[in-house]
Amino acid sequence: MAQAMIPENLQQDPVVAALADLATTAKFEFNELTIEIDTAKIVEALGRVKHKLGFERLTSVTGVDKFPAEPRFEVVYHLQALAGKQRLRLKARVSGQTPQIESVTSVYRGADWYERETFDLFGITFLNHPDLRRIMMPEDWEGHPLRKDYPITGTRY
Amino acid sequence: MATETTEKQKSTRTMVLNMGPQHPSTHGVLRLLLELDGETLLKAVPDIGFLHTGIEKEFEVKTYQQGVTLTDRIDYLAPLSNNLTYCLAAEKLLGLEIPEHAQWMRVMLTELTRLNSHLVWLATHAIDIGAMSVFLYCFREREEILRIFEMFSGQRMMTSYFRIGGLALPAPRGWQKRVKDFIDIFPERIDQYENLLTNNQIWIGRTKGVGYISLEDMLDLGVTGPMLRAAGLKVDARKDSPYSSYEKFDFEVPTRTENDVYARYLLRVEEMRQSTKIIRQALEGMPSGSHQADAPGVVLPDREKMKTQMESLIYHFKIVTEGFRVPEGEVYQAVESPRGEVGCYMVSDGTQKPFRVHWRGPSFGNLQCTGKLIEGTLIADVIAALGSMDFVLGDTDR
Repeated sequence: MAQAMIPENLQQDPVVAALADLATTAKFEFNELTIEIDTAKIVEALGRVKHKLGFERLTSVTGVDKFPAEPRFEVVYHLQALAGKQRLRLKARVSGQTPQIESVTSVYRGADWYERETFDLFGITFLNHPDLRRIMMPEDWEGHPLRKDYPITGTRY
Repeated sequence: MATETTEKQKSTRTMVLNMGPQHPSTHGVLRLLLELDGETLLKAVPDIGFLHTGIEKEFEVKTYQQGVTLTDRIDYLAPLSNNLTYCLAAEKLLGLEIPEHAQWMRVMLTELTRLNSHLVWLATHAIDIGAMSVFLYCFREREEILRIFEMFSGQRMMTSYFRIGGLALPAPRGWQKRVKDFIDIFPERIDQYENLLTNNQIWIGRTKGVGYISLEDMLDLGVTGPMLRAAGLKVDARKDSPYSSYEKFDFEVPTRTENDVYARYLLRVEEMRQSTKIIRQALEGMPSGSHQADAPGVVLPDREKMKTQMESLIYHFKIVTEGFRVPEGEVYQAVESPRGEVGCYMVSDGTQKPFRVHWRGPSFGNLQCTGKLIEGTLIADVIAALGSMDFVLGDTDR
């Protein structure tokens, strides 16, 4: 079923083909490949990307808030293969009611701070993260500043 | 009795020391929690966020062009590298062709920024380890670079000289001489710094073999830039995914294999020489042409045209009051800043303001390896090892 959502011109792409059973959709725009992954399978997808496809570096993890749309959040992973000089973007959608996703720190240790940052600023919980604390904001801060319904002025909510 | 004493010693042996956030060698406001066993460091936990100013949130309420000014303030030692990243990302979304002159000018100024940043790094790194005079010499040359920036943009540090669609202003009269004078003397000046440090026994003693971290750890933790290159890995966005016509310049990406503080020092010194080479090429081969793209809806019109032509006046009014619309889409632009890979992930929803801008600061990625880098070393080496990472806390906390 998943395969049907991937545009035909991308089905031959080796990276897309390797992730076809985990992907929900894919696109190639501005010379950049984006693959959307089933949220429950994100760790498996990143494991495959790292060990089979050779993307050895996780460049960043971040979130995008599509408020008020649902599923509200996108968690975006940027990866880089140093040998092939390739870049890849993976995405997973996270609902607004229960914003949580599995942590990928077991695959890339470098995801640690990026996930903490996303947790801090978007309020997305990363399950099985070794040390999920706020990183930018003070520990007792209320709210998550990068959410679209968080005001731009004022000191607190 | 004997066992009791050992028990007692064990339980009181370690000490937790709080370093920063205002420690001078943390170059900004980084706080480190160090667990010490005598002089040996057992565990280091970095605490960041003291300079968090919500820049990513602010991008969302500013028009695309206004956003350029925010990028200066992220990494205040390499403002032009950040300007470039942001502008390239927006230009990719807009599909703008930048004239060659502007591209070359961008390369030249970005390399001057690299020199500027490396000079500050060398100065402060040396003073951390105890070499006072290097600091003074480095700041002498940095001052000259800042004067060049001032000449171009009117600003010494927060230049905002690159704009979406080209440069903010045409190059000032007499810039060639100014830049030429600088790069003519600069290689000699690098020799001066090297004279003071490279064979200096104290410097070697403090830096050689200090701050080792394995390449695998660095890759896994997302380290970029000179630290990776000092471990022998040839990665540089300028070569790997050239932008702004870097492919037309002839330069080497220096690498070293020793992977310690000394190697990182030698590597950055060599990078300064390579940057000088790029600047010379840009200066000598600078193509003529416009400093801005031919995109009336994006680029502010010429002052003269604005006062004489109706269309230009309308464009001017619209760009200034409401900004320009950027087509829907998302891009990631990577640029090799002095510290490593700076990345801008920009999402547009088709309006005049970015929907989301994520800034991948190289310092943030690099700082993650702090624990691995300094655990197990002596506390005196912590300063040297931290200095060799060359982080900027504004870039880390954004």
